[in-house]
Amino acid sequence: MSLLTLDHVSKSFGALKVTDAVSFEVAPGEALGIIGPNGAGKSTLFNLITGNIAPDEGRVLFDGVDVTRKPPMSRVAAGIGRSFQIPQPFTHLSVFENLLVAANFGGGHHGHHAGEFCMDILDRTGLAGVADATSGGLSLLQRKRLELARAMATSPKLILLDEIAGGLTEAECGALIDTIKSIHAEGTAIIWIEHVLHALTSVVERLMVLNFGKMLMIGEPDEVMASPEVKEIYLGIEV
Amino acid sequence: MTNSSKSTLSRVIAVLAVLVLALVPVIGSRAMVQDLFMVLTLLVLALNWNMLAGFAGLVSVGQQAFVGIGAYAMFGGVILWGWDPLPAILLGGVAAMLLSLPIAFFTFRLNGAYFAIGTWVSAEIVRLSMAQWKALGGGTGTSLPKGTTKEMIGVAQIKELLGVSSSAASDALTYWLALTLAVVTLLVGYLFLRSRMGLGLQAIRDNVEAARSVGVDPLRLKALVFVLTAFGTGLCGALLFIQITRVSPDAAFSVVDWTAFVIFITVIGGIGTLPGPVVGVLVFYILQRVLADYGTVYLIVLGLIGIVIMLFARKGLWGMFTEKTGIELLPLRHRSLQHRPSQRSGN
Repeated sequence: MSLLTLDHVSKSFGALKVTDAVSFEVAPGEALGIIGPNGAGKSTLFNLITGNIAPDEGRVLFDGVDVTRKPPMSRVAAGIGRSFQIPQPFTHLSVFENLLVAANFGGGHHGHHAGEFCMDILDRTGLAGVADATSGGLSLLQRKRLELARAMATSPKLILLDEIAGGLTEAECGALIDTIKSIHAEGTAIIWIEHVLHALTSVVERLMVLNFGKMLMIGEPDEVMASPEVKEIYLGIEV
Repeated sequence: MTNSSKSTLSRVIAVLAVLVLALVPVIGSRAMVQDLFMVLTLLVLALNWNMLAGFAGLVSVGQQAFVGIGAYAMFGGVILWGWDPLPAILLGGVAAMLLSLPIAFFTFRLNGAYFAIGTWVSAEIVRLSMAQWKALGGGTGTSLPKGTTKEMIGVAQIKELLGVSSSAASDALTYWLALTLAVVTLLVGYLFLRSRMGLGLQAIRDNVEAARSVGVDPLRLKALVFVLTAFGTGLCGALLFIQITRVSPDAAFSVVDWTAFVIFITVIGGIGTLPGPVVGVLVFYILQRVLADYGTVYLIVLGLIGIVIMLFARKGLWGMFTEKTGIELLPLRHRSLQHRPSQRSGN
């Protein structure tokens, strides 16, 4: 049985159809990459999965349950964790507290155990050194890591990563990819929107191409990238 | 002196202050007891409003609804059902809590300034409804039956203990109740903010969208705070009117007495800081004593001070003090578990 199912999901903002009858499935533990030009509707697709936006048509199923009308909070509890494209830390809280909120509410961890759980994630994401620092003062790399760490703290079955490698140097990107690979290795399913293609293809098993809100193609990364249509639309190469 | 030892010292001072306050009915004059009773009840109202506006972002200007319903429920208990005033205080708290449910149902659909106006309108509706309660004097109100407060549970014992008149003993009793309510409200507020609920509230205050995305339900948490503070405000309202002994719709639902002054106290002391209302109520009390003889000048000065603080010290006097000295009396921060024995590999 698939973990996540989107069934002809559509969403319009005014006359603009940003998501156009998109259907796909993600198996438990699978990693799916999403690429597409700016404005293709990638982040909107995430918001439809997390419940931050309600679809006009279609259904979203998670873990066999129809969550189409469920608010973000209950989807987090069901196991959908997400990171934001632009990091959204709780700026007045410490890095540790940022994770603790997520572990308490989204992850259902309590008491001392929750603290231990958060410390382990901080270790894995390289943030243990700044655990007690106020998150408002973090660098971009640290904020990106915090986005990932906070999503992990909700104990997700499926984690949504929105351009988490964007704006980072090669070396910074490498460390982040290692962390993401380790999450994947633990059996957590991943959907990852990214422009940094080599980062994406080093992790995901399947790749989806979005263009003008429509799903253009989905399949193995090599196969998708070799398609002339994808080259033309996504990479801007005339063939 | 390190910040932590300064904080310990502040805590010792706070405990001593509570002990001294507890002794006031024994060593102080009756006028002082009555004055400090008003100060303590204003503090309770300010602590509740601070929790609402400062921590849950619910800027209500309708808290007089809960003071008033608390007072009326207590009067109902005493006059209509012959209760002793002390258990009737609890009745006031419960009535306020029940009233907060329909008020929340309507006002929680509104945001920001609209929420503020919604709470005010709700309070007016409750005031006008209470004015229809003929058994409690309708629009003109009513008084507690003569001698009620002198026969309250505990008054006789206090009378004997302190060797004072029944009225003085009843003042001492309500004073001690106000002091207890203030200390308990402060401690419960602290424990609540230190709990996962409090952490969720702080997350909502920083970024609602992100809070929802990690599983925090803003509506549920805010509703919880609204209902709990209504309970505390209702208790305080009932207690206030045992001391005042006379209730009328205009006095019990006064927006100036039970909300405007309370907002002033919280803002100058430090909105969104736990000790803020304590500092604010002290400043308010001193100003009241100094300026009491100058009539309207008093209100003008209060207003000016409020404006100056809002412009130049957004976190109030306590916020300014904490920034300058690093002293935190009731810190809310959750420390990480860095001291764990296992090797940390932080970089």
